[in-house]
Amino acid sequence: MSDPFRLPHRPARRLPAGGRVDRSAPLRFTYDGTRYTGLRGDTLASALLANGVAGASPSLYRGRPRGIATAGVEEPNALVQVAGPGSEPMLLATTLELYEGLTATGLSGRGRLDPGPDPAVYDKMHLHTEVLVVGAGPAGLAAALAAGRSGARVVLVDDQPEPGGSLLAGHEEIDGVPALDWVAAVREELAARPGVRILTRSTATGYYDHNYLLVAEHRTDHLGPHPVPGVSRQRLWHIRARRVVLATGSHERPMVFAGNDLPGVMSAAAVRAYVNRYAVLPGHRAVVLTTNDHAYATALDLVAAGAEVSALVDTRPEPPAGLVDAARRAGIEVVTGSCVVGAYGDAAVAAVRTAALDADDAVTGPVRDLACDLLAVSGGWSPAVQLWSQAQGTTRYDEDLAAFVPARAAQHVDIVGAARGVLDLAGCLDGGFAAGAEAARSAGFPAAVPATPANSGDTRPSRPRPVWLVPGEDGDPSTWHDHFVDLQRDATVADVHRAVRAGMRSVEHIKRYTTIGTAHDQGKASAVSATGVIARLLGARTPGDVGTTTYRGPYVPVPFALLAGRERGPLFDPVRTTAIHPWHTAHGAVFENVGQWQRPRYFPLAGEDMDAAVLRECRAARAGVAVMDATTLGKIDVIGPDAGAFLNRVYTNAFARLAVNSARYGMMCRADGMVFDDGVTLRLAEDHYLMTTTTGNAAGVLDWLEEWLQTEWPELRVRLTSVTEQWATVAVVGPRSREVLGALVPDLDVSNDAFPFMTARETRLANGVEARICRISFSGELAFEINVASWYGLAVWESVIEAGRPLGITPYGTETMHVLRAEKGYPIVGQDTDGTVTPWTWAWSGSSPGRRTSSENARSDGATPAAATAGNSSACCRSTRPCCCRRARSWSPTPKRPCPSGRWDMSPPATAAPPSAAPSPWR
Amino acid sequence: MHPTVVMSNHVHVYVSQAHKGELVMGAGVDSYNGYGQRGSFHLIERQMAAALELFPVFARAHVLRTWGGIVDVTPDASPIIGPTPVGNLFLNCGWGTGGFKATPASGWVYAHAIATGEPHPLAEAFTLERFTTGALIDEHGAAAVAH
Amino acid sequence: MLLIACPWCGEREELEFHYGGQAHVAHPAEPEGLSDSQWGEYLFVRDNPKGPFAERWSHSAGCRRWFNVVRHTVTHEILAVYPAGQPKPVILP
Repeated sequence: MSDPFRLPHRPARRLPAGGRVDRSAPLRFTYDGTRYTGLRGDTLASALLANGVAGASPSLYRGRPRGIATAGVEEPNALVQVAGPGSEPMLLATTLELYEGLTATGLSGRGRLDPGPDPAVYDKMHLHTEVLVVGAGPAGLAAALAAGRSGARVVLVDDQPEPGGSLLAGHEEIDGVPALDWVAAVREELAARPGVRILTRSTATGYYDHNYLLVAEHRTDHLGPHPVPGVSRQRLWHIRARRVVLATGSHERPMVFAGNDLPGVMSAAAVRAYVNRYAVLPGHRAVVLTTNDHAYATALDLVAAGAEVSALVDTRPEPPAGLVDAARRAGIEVVTGSCVVGAYGDAAVAAVRTAALDADDAVTGPVRDLACDLLAVSGGWSPAVQLWSQAQGTTRYDEDLAAFVPARAAQHVDIVGAARGVLDLAGCLDGGFAAGAEAARSAGFPAAVPATPANSGDTRPSRPRPVWLVPGEDGDPSTWHDHFVDLQRDATVADVHRAVRAGMRSVEHIKRYTTIGTAHDQGKASAVSATGVIARLLGARTPGDVGTTTYRGPYVPVPFALLAGRERGPLFDPVRTTAIHPWHTAHGAVFENVGQWQRPRYFPLAGEDMDAAVLRECRAARAGVAVMDATTLGKIDVIGPDAGAFLNRVYTNAFARLAVNSARYGMMCRADGMVFDDGVTLRLAEDHYLMTTTTGNAAGVLDWLEEWLQTEWPELRVRLTSVTEQWATVAVVGPRSREVLGALVPDLDVSNDAFPFMTARETRLANGVEARICRISFSGELAFEINVASWYGLAVWESVIEAGRPLGITPYGTETMHVLRAEKGYPIVGQDTDGTVTPWTWAWSGSSPGRRTSSENARSDGATPAAATAGNSSACCRSTRPCCCRRARSWSPTPKRPCPSGRWDMSPPATAAPPSAAPSPWR
Repeated sequence: MHPTVVMSNHVHVYVSQAHKGELVMGAGVDSYNGYGQRGSFHLIERQMAAALELFPVFARAHVLRTWGGIVDVTPDASPIIGPTPVGNLFLNCGWGTGGFKATPASGWVYAHAIATGEPHPLAEAFTLERFTTGALIDEHGAAAVAH
Repeated sequence: MLLIACPWCGEREELEFHYGGQAHVAHPAEPEGLSDSQWGEYLFVRDNPKGPFAERWSHSAGCRRWFNVVRHTVTHEILAVYPAGQPKPVILP
């Protein structure tokens, strides 16, 4: 680690003028423990280059020195860990905007997760739009402008802090002004349109079915590591668009030659971006290697910025004369029909060796040494078709462009500019305007295609000459261990050769075998280069004969926390609470989750463990009086003239002739005959039943009922409504429950004769609240359930506690409920059953005590056991009317896997003690 | 390196660490039939939220790539292993997302079925017949996640 | 995330819907008359085409209505939406 207080001597690399950096805003930062200064507008990478730092840690597997190789998301080397609250690993120096105090450490392909809490907030937004344009380079801006002028809603997203795309790195002119002035004017016009939204620092990462795109927006990362109050750190936009225009640009490909991984070997386009956009000279003595026209501009810009360009090596024997002349006029030696066959140096490139290639890419003639500290390489251009491919669009190999270009769209999407292989500015603008107007038109907004303004700069390129595998000076591909195909994976030509020699032919197999394209960069820039190498080693004519691997989202890595958004902690799986919940909490209940409901499990007194509390609660229910919050049972209103007929069909037993104000237990089966749900249903009126379901299955039962009602029996006049949350239910349980109830219902005769088991009464409580009282039991004891509108649940619960205090009323939770019901052999669907239990197997099992009918089984009332069976016959009705469980024919009368009988201990608890007359401590 | 696979039925996610250091994670299945072989994004979002419930330290780990395949699911979420009414056609399918883990055992009983024409005693309950006898198995719970 | 056009509510996200499997599988008129294998056929055997597939959806987090959709099982393109009880439209491949 260097002395942090003394800057090492390095030649000045920041240019005195130009670029999109603010020289009045110096920013201090620390990299690998050394302090440096950069400028606002820098990325960490440009600031490091300005300080003469190679900017990457040694490679993960081979420990080879590496440097910044690109200026964007395709960067394979410059991975860093950023310090701060919620330190983040695996960020790219090339996309990290510099801020005051930025502290980063280089990473060799692996970082550390911060064990401390992430203080940041992440959120999500959902957006519908007519037109979504991805990429704000010249083509994207033109598309957004054309679409925006139609009045359609337009969203324009771009990953950079400002629009412009490739124009930020050049010095083109549009409409007679510098291109960035045109960009500013377009941005201003778009921003003034109410229907247009521009999202900068926002990367479209995923393109899913039905034009559904995900855009990750960095909202505060450029301001520093600390959370900004009231602003989420990152936001995930879910955008549904009628039409999408992809203007995602292209990635410059690396070339595969010996030593191509050395620091100082850099994408030619990146070199141009560092010079023009960031005003940084990445090297003083450069060699430019190209297969196409574009790197000529890099060479000229380097010279204009004061660098020496020792040679421009073009693989083409006859490059366009105009370009060659311009380069030579600038004093650059142009070497044609040649290639760099090796880069050399210890910590960074110090020299390259060039040689002429014949038509088969074999070295001919002498090899020549050229000293340099920068090798700018353009291996050609790969359209950024990742999103296009994610959207299931196909690609084809274009021999003229030596690239995989979009072929057939699979969704309502168009692709323009460099992303479709159009590399000249005029073509980008033409295509963008046309696609934007067409997108608006097909979304229903008449749009004109704006005239393309005059422009200068990038011209239509001539044919490139790709060299997919530059031969080594000696050996054969099996020995080319320094020809890197994937820098981050340290995978070389020798590795690919081994895969091919092992018999692999599919690019997908070779990818998995060599791990090429699977690292952090996902092979954005290198994947097609790798395909080219594979094609050469397989003897294929072009990469097109080999094909590409599948592009999978996300386009850039995204933090888990962004995808999780607000679904964290309490919002991950929100709990439902009853109206009585505050009382439970205030009285020390221990809770458990049932479905999504929080239910009291038991109410321990001071010093009690669960066993002690449950024993006490059980004793109260069996011998005195106890109370439970039964609100969470699902409740469904079944209303209509055919409600009874409907229930007859969905339950295994009959309900149509149930008397008004009476209740009956019912069991529900799936069509395959397996028990699905059960519960007590109450008839409130001729055409109105109130069904209860198990707590966890309420929504499933409603879905099930709707399904049969709508799809099989649409002739039935029935409406279903969930009323679970409208009613609070207080179960008063135990031999002395009648006394408590009596004190609460002045107008109701609660005697056994006047209010028998399995009936219900409407009344007014002493406190004036309208209530429905049901005499039903899930404990085997005399019990009443008081149902009131949820608003009054808490007040009624408190009045029950109050009325029961002289009798020692005891609140109990689900644990005691289970003991009480298990002692009586009452099963719970979903706990004592799974999807293999039919009413037959259930009836045969020990969980159905004494093989009584299920109606008696599940809800009897210790006070009047005979009443339980009234009106019911058996678990499986023998009717032949249509029903969903085909109840007359169960699968087989012999259960395949009988449950062991006698599972439940039917004897009363040995510890049952006489009732305590002490007043209840519960308030 | 985390030494083992961690799986949670409760939040519905599993995670293991590959030798390269990367985390490999799995989660849910689309509700509908499909041959698209691409994951639905809302399932991935839910999966990430579930992962953070288990391991809050993952907050600033990054999702590098996602993929999806075809999940063969039977009506009772349990595999079908054994002979079929078609001569010399044997099934070993319907594993949902659990097939990899069961490969040694399923291969063993499957080989038995092919060699003898009869289901292996361990796999008797898993034959195609159960969909006409009604002796379903129901491994919705046993299969851990993703059903 | 599919975008499904509920016949009653219009286009909504897939998350609002519940999938109901193959459409046009009628409950047998005389279940008692079926053999176990015929009954099993009704319960468990479904088409699983690679291509257009008529299936049921319910707008369970919306209007709760069931309806039918013809969806391509590879592209997920929705080729038709029609009310429950109506015959499957003719979809040309």
